[in-house]
Amino acid sequence: MAVFALFAFLAVASAMVVVTHRNPVYSVMSLVVTLISLAVMFVLLGAPFLAALQVLVYTGAILVLFLFVIMLLNIEREAPGGGHKLQKLGAALAALVFAGLLATWFVAAQGAVEPVPLDAEAVALVPLARHLFSTYLLPFEIVGVLLLAAVIAATALARRGGTSVGEDEA
Amino acid sequence: MLEVGTTHYLVLSFLLFAIGVVGILARRNMITVLMSIELVLNSVNINFIAFSYQLGDLTGQIFAIFTIAVAAGEAAVGLGILLALYRLRETTQLDGATEMSG
Repeated sequence: MAVFALFAFLAVASAMVVVTHRNPVYSVMSLVVTLISLAVMFVLLGAPFLAALQVLVYTGAILVLFLFVIMLLNIEREAPGGGHKLQKLGAALAALVFAGLLATWFVAAQGAVEPVPLDAEAVALVPLARHLFSTYLLPFEIVGVLLLAAVIAATALARRGGTSVGEDEA
Repeated sequence: MLEVGTTHYLVLSFLLFAIGVVGILARRNMITVLMSIELVLNSVNINFIAFSYQLGDLTGQIFAIFTIAVAAGEAAVGLGILLALYRLRETTQLDGATEMSG
């Protein structure tokens, strides 16, 4: 309970910093805290492989990519104020709707089922791999093609039209 | 001491989802919006894994793996679009990008 409470608090607090801080570098850094807290949650939920994936892929690759782009473009702090009134109103409305949903759900969720732990052999990597490479082989291959398409699309988008990459200093 | 049940994980996931949605709606900096999308995707992952744990079924974990893979692709393409947008208008603010709003 103590571990869960600590890391749940860390995750929510740093997620708040992600969406409220005006400096994107600080946002990325607190997103690192959120994602590592979630990796701890995955360990608590008997998914150590996913925790490793979370740290390697998310904090190791995706967030470094974010940081790289922020540094590359030299993105400055967001100017205070401005923005559409409608946008702020929409965000406030969404927050209210979610708070209401959470409240009704707390009332409805009385007598929720207690978790049944996976046994040790189900937690091991072999059953997961067996599922992934037999039952879910087709989705797995499709994800591979999707990643290839994403790499090609990102390269095409990021490269300056017509000229070679080496010519621009940015 | 209170036992941690699936409900606790679902509440955590719900809070992260709500924070992410508010971030997507309220921020004007495209890179912060992309980070909020990552938050939303991660909150979904907690749900998948919490139910996988409760039901003793590994399918949830498999789907979480797929979510992480798709999120990686989404981040790559999103940041590519961000670079293209920056080249076009020297800013990453989303306010000015209204050409397609009719």
